[in-house]
Amino acid sequence: MTTTLDKTVLDMTATDLRTVNTTLQAAAKAQANGAYVITNPRGSHAMACGLDGPLNVTIKGSTGYYCAGMNKEATVTVEGSAGPGVAENMMSGTVTIEGDASQYAGATGHGGLLNIKGNASSRCGISMKGIDIVVHGNIGHMSAFMAQKGNLVVLGNAGDALGDSLYEARLFVRGEVKSLGADCIEKEMRPEHIETLKALLEKAGADAKPEEFKRYGSARKLYNFNIDHADAY
Amino acid sequence: MCGIVGLFLKKDDLRPKLGDMLTDMLITMTDRGPDSAGIAIYGDAAEGSTKITVQSKAPETEFDGLEAALSETLGAPVTATVVDTHAVLIVPEDKAADAIAALEDRGLRIMGSGASMEIYKEVGLPKDVAARFNLRAMGGSHGIGHTRMATESAVTTMGAHPFSTAEDQCLVHNGSLSNHNQMRRKLAKKGVFTRSENDTEVGAAYISSRIADGASLGEALEGTIDDLDGFFTFVTGTKNGFGVVRDPIACKPAVMAETDDYVAFASEYRAFADLPGIEAARVWEPEPATVYFWER
Repeated sequence: MTTTLDKTVLDMTATDLRTVNTTLQAAAKAQANGAYVITNPRGSHAMACGLDGPLNVTIKGSTGYYCAGMNKEATVTVEGSAGPGVAENMMSGTVTIEGDASQYAGATGHGGLLNIKGNASSRCGISMKGIDIVVHGNIGHMSAFMAQKGNLVVLGNAGDALGDSLYEARLFVRGEVKSLGADCIEKEMRPEHIETLKALLEKAGADAKPEEFKRYGSARKLYNFNIDHADAY
Repeated sequence: MCGIVGLFLKKDDLRPKLGDMLTDMLITMTDRGPDSAGIAIYGDAAEGSTKITVQSKAPETEFDGLEAALSETLGAPVTATVVDTHAVLIVPEDKAADAIAALEDRGLRIMGSGASMEIYKEVGLPKDVAARFNLRAMGGSHGIGHTRMATESAVTTMGAHPFSTAEDQCLVHNGSLSNHNQMRRKLAKKGVFTRSENDTEVGAAYISSRIADGASLGEALEGTIDDLDGFFTFVTGTKNGFGVVRDPIACKPAVMAETDDYVAFASEYRAFADLPGIEAARVWEPEPATVYFWER
C-alpha cells in the first residue's frame, strides 16, 4: 500500500482481493471520504463491494463479477469494462463504468446512479427498485424486466423485450427498441419527464437532448387478474 | 458452470507461445471447472498425414509396441509420440480410417484426429492436467480449452471437453443441452454416432454433420440456435479457425478480445489478464444468437 498526499494506491499484484475489500470497507465505514486507487484488478470478482459510507474508489482496469455490489454512498469508477452484476442491489452513491458492462448491470438497485459509458448487455436494470441507470451506448435483451422504480436512460438502442412485466420504473431510449416486452408501452413525454431526464443526462455527463428520447412504461394490464380469462383456469 | 477459453493467432511469431498462453488462460478458469480439463491445439500439419490422438487407461502396457503393431496392421509407416495417458499417432492420410478402427479394436479411446489437431484431456485440476501433458511447450496457430464442472454426464476422460466428431473439428461448451437425447437419436438415424453420454458431444456431432452435409462453419453454427435446445456458449475449432455462438438467452458468460496479433475468447475477462497487449485490445461481449468466426 502506498499513500500519496490525497489517495491510497492498492496494487493487486501485491495485495489480495480480501485485503483490498476489507481496507475499502473499513475506510468507507470511517466516513472520512478518502480516495483509493486500485491497480492491476485483472478482472477480479466482487471488487469494492459492500461499501457502506462515503469513499472515492478508482479501479484502473477491468473487473469481473459483482463489482461495487450493494454500494452505499461511495463513488466507484471502473476504468475498463465490468463483468456480470455490476452495482447489483446498489443503495446509493455513484458507480461509473468507462467501458462496457456485462449482463444484469444494476439489478435490483434501490438508489444511486449507475453510469455506463459503453454498452450494457442483457438484463440491464432487471428488477430495479429505485436506482437511476444511464447507458451511453446500447443495452441487450430483457432489460428492465420487472423493473419497479427508478429511471433507465439509454442513449443508444435497446434489445428485445424491453421492460417485460414492467412495474413503475421509467425507461427512456433515444435509439431503436428492437421489441417491447409484455405490458410495456410507449408513453407520452410530459414536461416533468423532460425535467427528470435533463437532470439525469447532466449528472451522467451525457451529450444528448431530452427531447430526442422516447419514454416507455407499464400499461398496467398485468397488475390485476383479467376476469375475461377466468374460464381458462 | 464451466470455463472455456480460445485463442486464434493472426501472426506467426506468437505460434511457439500458443500453448503457454492457453495454459495460463485455462488455469485461471479453474474456479469455473475443477473436475476435468482439456485442450485442442492446432499445430503443424504434416503433408499427406493424419494425426490421431488416443487415450489409454493403462498407457505403460497399451502404448508399448503400439507404433510397430499399427505399422504392421496398416502396412505403412507410423510415428507415435506418447504424452502421459495420450499418444499421437501420425499415419498416412489414406490409412486414417483403418488406423482408427485398429486402435479402437485395441481398446484405445479416440480423442480426435485431423491434419493438425491434437486433443489432450483428463480428469483433474487444470494445472495438473496442463502439467501432465506439458501443454505450455506446445505451439500452434490456434487452440481451444475447457475446464469442466460436470452436469450432464459423469466426471470421466470421455466426458471431458473438447469433443471431436470429425477431422480437425472440435467443440467446447458452457451450459447444458436439454434435447440432446432426441438429437442423438436423430443423428444416429443419419449414421452419425457419438462415443459418450455427454450432451456437448451431441452438439459437436450436430455441427460436424451439418458441415458434412455441405454447410459452412457459419451456417452450422447458425443451425445450433434453431435445432439445439438449452443453454450454450459454444466455441468450436476447425482446421483454419474458430467460431463462437451463444444461445438467444445468453446467460452463460462470454467475453472476447481482439488485437492485431490475436482473437481471444474466455468465459471471464480474468483469463485475458496476462495476454500481451490486452490493455489496448478491443474487448467486447459476443451478442446472443449471433455467430462469430475467424478463419485464415
